[in-house]
Amino acid sequence: MNFILIAVIVLGAIGLVAALVLFLCSKKFAVYEDPRIAQVNELLPGANCGGCGFAGCGGMADALVKGADAGSIDGLNCPVGGSDVMGKVADLLGMAIANGEPKVAVVRCNGTCENRPRIAEYAGLRSCAAMNACGAGETACGFGCLGCGDCVEACQFDAIRIDSETGIAVVDEERCVACGACVKACPRQIIELRKKGPKGRRVYVSCVSKDKGAVAMKACKVSCIGCSKCERECPFGAITVGNNCSYIDPEKCRLCRKCVAVCPTHAIVAVNFPAPKPVERKEEEA
Amino acid sequence: MKIKTFRIGGIHPEENKLTHEVATKVAPLPKQAIFPLSQHIGAPASPVVQKGDKVKVGTKIADAGAFVSAPIYSSVSGTVFKIDTAVDATGYRKPAIIINVEGDEWEESIDRSDKLETLKAHPELTPEEIISRVKEAGVTGMGGAGFPTFIKLTPPPTAKAECVIINAVECEPYITADYRLMMEHADEVIVGLELLMKAAKVTRGYIGIETNKPAAIDLLTKKCAEAFASSDYTVEVVPLKQRYPQGGEKQLVDAVINRQVPAPPAIPVNVGAIVQNVGTAYAVYEAVMKSKPLFERYTTVTGKRLQNPGNFLVRMGTPMKDLIDVCGGMPEGDNKLLAGGPMMGKALTSTEVPVCKGTNSVTIISDDEARRKEPQPCIRCAKCVGACPMGLEPYLLAKLSEVKNWERAEHEDITSCIECGSCQFTCPAHRPLLDNIRQGKTTVMGIIRNRNVKK
Amino acid sequence: MGKLIVSLSPHAHGTDSVERNMYGVIIALVPALLVSFFYFGLGSVVVLSTSVAACVLLEWAITRYVLKEKRNTIMDGSAILTGLLLGFNLPSNLPIWIIVIGAVFAIGFAKMPFGGLGNNLFNPALVGRAALLVAFPAQMTTWPKAGQIGSYLDAETGATPLSVMKEAIKSGDASVLDQLPSSLDLFLGNHPDGVGAMGEICALALLLGFAFMLWRKIITWHIPVSVIGTVFVFAGLLHLADPSYADPFSVILTGGLMLGAIFMATDYVTSPMTPKGQIIYGVAIGFLTVVIRNWGAYPEGMSFAILIMNAFTPLINNYVKPKRFGEVAK
Repeated sequence: MNFILIAVIVLGAIGLVAALVLFLCSKKFAVYEDPRIAQVNELLPGANCGGCGFAGCGGMADALVKGADAGSIDGLNCPVGGSDVMGKVADLLGMAIANGEPKVAVVRCNGTCENRPRIAEYAGLRSCAAMNACGAGETACGFGCLGCGDCVEACQFDAIRIDSETGIAVVDEERCVACGACVKACPRQIIELRKKGPKGRRVYVSCVSKDKGAVAMKACKVSCIGCSKCERECPFGAITVGNNCSYIDPEKCRLCRKCVAVCPTHAIVAVNFPAPKPVERKEEEA
Repeated sequence: MKIKTFRIGGIHPEENKLTHEVATKVAPLPKQAIFPLSQHIGAPASPVVQKGDKVKVGTKIADAGAFVSAPIYSSVSGTVFKIDTAVDATGYRKPAIIINVEGDEWEESIDRSDKLETLKAHPELTPEEIISRVKEAGVTGMGGAGFPTFIKLTPPPTAKAECVIINAVECEPYITADYRLMMEHADEVIVGLELLMKAAKVTRGYIGIETNKPAAIDLLTKKCAEAFASSDYTVEVVPLKQRYPQGGEKQLVDAVINRQVPAPPAIPVNVGAIVQNVGTAYAVYEAVMKSKPLFERYTTVTGKRLQNPGNFLVRMGTPMKDLIDVCGGMPEGDNKLLAGGPMMGKALTSTEVPVCKGTNSVTIISDDEARRKEPQPCIRCAKCVGACPMGLEPYLLAKLSEVKNWERAEHEDITSCIECGSCQFTCPAHRPLLDNIRQGKTTVMGIIRNRNVKK
Repeated sequence: MGKLIVSLSPHAHGTDSVERNMYGVIIALVPALLVSFFYFGLGSVVVLSTSVAACVLLEWAITRYVLKEKRNTIMDGSAILTGLLLGFNLPSNLPIWIIVIGAVFAIGFAKMPFGGLGNNLFNPALVGRAALLVAFPAQMTTWPKAGQIGSYLDAETGATPLSVMKEAIKSGDASVLDQLPSSLDLFLGNHPDGVGAMGEICALALLLGFAFMLWRKIITWHIPVSVIGTVFVFAGLLHLADPSYADPFSVILTGGLMLGAIFMATDYVTSPMTPKGQIIYGVAIGFLTVVIRNWGAYPEGMSFAILIMNAFTPLINNYVKPKRFGEVAK
């Protein structure tokens, strides 16, 4: 019995001493962290995707608190959480934020297997960056989507995939949080973050080819030939044509779709609009 | 006597020198010649002609675009058709001058005689004069890289040149253009070497030749003994063990003068050597002694399935299709069309790509050899480490590039990679090592450039 | 006209392949295989074929049903090789069910969970042997005598040269070592009462395999030479100091030293990637082998020495770098 008692007392004493040491250490070596950082971190989605520009949500929380102390948190935005989360964070820190429009990644290329014939076979490492270094790729267009999936690999939200039939990248609107990882991954800068638009409607030029019209057409049926018909047609001055390629400014575009109608190669794409009514056809017949 | 070679790594690919004994033929003139404005390292040249201008053989059509650049001369006579874009050896459309060929009229200033002009007969030539003529003639490295020669001949103030080494190694399989040049124009090559030595203000010269070209070694040894018998210059013909990549300039310097060039940004002249391809030496001779700018070159057109592979004297701007047709046309089935040899050549998607200053060979690889085998996981056999001539660890660099660990890749000296392909050639698991390493190297070099700019 | 194929350089490849290397090692083992059939007859055939079959079947089953991979790796030869090497480490009277358990440890625990060929940390055959030694110490330490061609489970057993050496050290009596066969006999595998694992009998057969592998450039000399050299020197020094330690020739010719140095330590996946690293690895293995043999509990130290050094291989790879071109510019 004595042994058990001694064992209990000794172990208990060791435990007490250890606890005391730990307590003293935690006080003496404590690192002061602003409690707001932990609170802000709680509000953030915790995806650590890097879309805000920081390595993780912790870094973003730190920057937000520092920004709040400096007087402004403009320029800091969590694309995953969106205005919802940013609003809560702003309330917590007692700051005001400008309302940002939701954005989505847009793949500006429609060079599917059907539109853009393959003239060669690539037999190397299946990476867009490698194919890009090798040459124009498997088609005659040196600007179009290579379809190896560097963007798919970069996306942490499973929001982009390479369609097996068309061979080009396709974005899943529901999942895309506009973090920009795919934009950085694409070696040809084909992907752009554009405004999602009301009801997800947006209009953009699905081509970034800087080749002259005749050359571009030979490579791909739906390429932009730089004819500038769209530029002339747009009532809002939203379109500029430079380097044989047209570009629609998302800030100025009013979704009127006049450009879509005049584009001779159907290079301009309108997304999520209702299908044209069959009424027009009946009128023609009559 | 032990045959010299480089100290680390190396492989032995199949020689396939199919055109070794095929005498050089003059290639037919094309109907349309295409001159990309960027055929060299440095800024692209800027055109000095417009649509409709008449040009002769040897007329300047583009001027150097910056200090590190070179002018371009027409290799044909005719009318400028347009200044547009054309697909070049990079695989992309780049600005180019396109000329419709009419006749074969040469500029009067060019000396077309066969008379051998020696340096002894022209004591008035100063180093500065030689360099100036080389610069004006647009001579760039003919071994494939295309570095403007005149810059190599004026080393930076921190480095002192001690010798000129002529790279006549031709270690790549299939290519025989340099060998035929040596056999058919040895005298001119030697004068070219002399000019280079005078321009670089050195008295020692070496000519490195692999032992698979014994006739060339004998011929050049004999001619050098005659040419430099009573001269201030000493020239040694150095037979080198047949091993790839003996023709890499760092490996050549190591083998010939037993000095290893340190990691980039060091260059061979930092250990006293100026390396020039034997084709460049010939071009220097023609530029200085014959007032002939650079517009034609020796090119091998070869491939196991080609009917009549051969060596050609080609006017630059000739589409490769013309040369392939002379050799019997593209073989049936799927092929790989390479500008260069199988180890470091560039695969092309079109036969319309023109021959440029650095096109030493058009190689056609057919059938099974044209495709890669399915890669397997790395078995850690370390054969790539043994093959790497720069003492690197390709398996590690490839893995680091794959997982995008740029910091560690830089630490493991990825920038020293000379992209020779020995590692991928050796790998038993058929892994695309160089594809990965190249990506890593490009990214790391970009990071280093940005870092230096910020400083 | 056909298509044009593109890729980045190089556009040529040598004749080497994973299969060529694995099957090359298997061919190198053929002399040892023949010797073991000659000495251990039926037992050796049963044990070796069971070991190979179990390893191949396990790898096939795991790849197909557990990992669900389309391409099965059993044809690359590494499973067959593991089976052979595991078998060579076992006594020729080992029951089939124990051999299968050994294969489970080798392939199922030490190779496939890490990711298959190229990713394992420890040599699978040795893990199998070590696991069996620990789980079935009695069966794994009774060694049939040579010459019993027709017997398998019923073979007569005896003391191995290694156990004789151990006894000598324990008793401090050098005369015990007189029981050992002469070095020449050990070299040629001429043991009238020869005992030991099947792959350990004839050093000559193993050296023939070594020469073949060097010729085919499957392995380099660094690891085997550094292992055997270190053991020779260390054992030699001990023998000079105290004659109850066996002479170095006997030491290198007995037990699993030759088999281990030539075939197990040189396993691609678990050995260092640079010549300098390989020599350090080999020297350490040699040192550990002698230490374990002389002062450890087991008479044989090779397997454990290699397994211990397998754990150090990543560290060696990290710190021992090849000489870079231009590192010392003259």
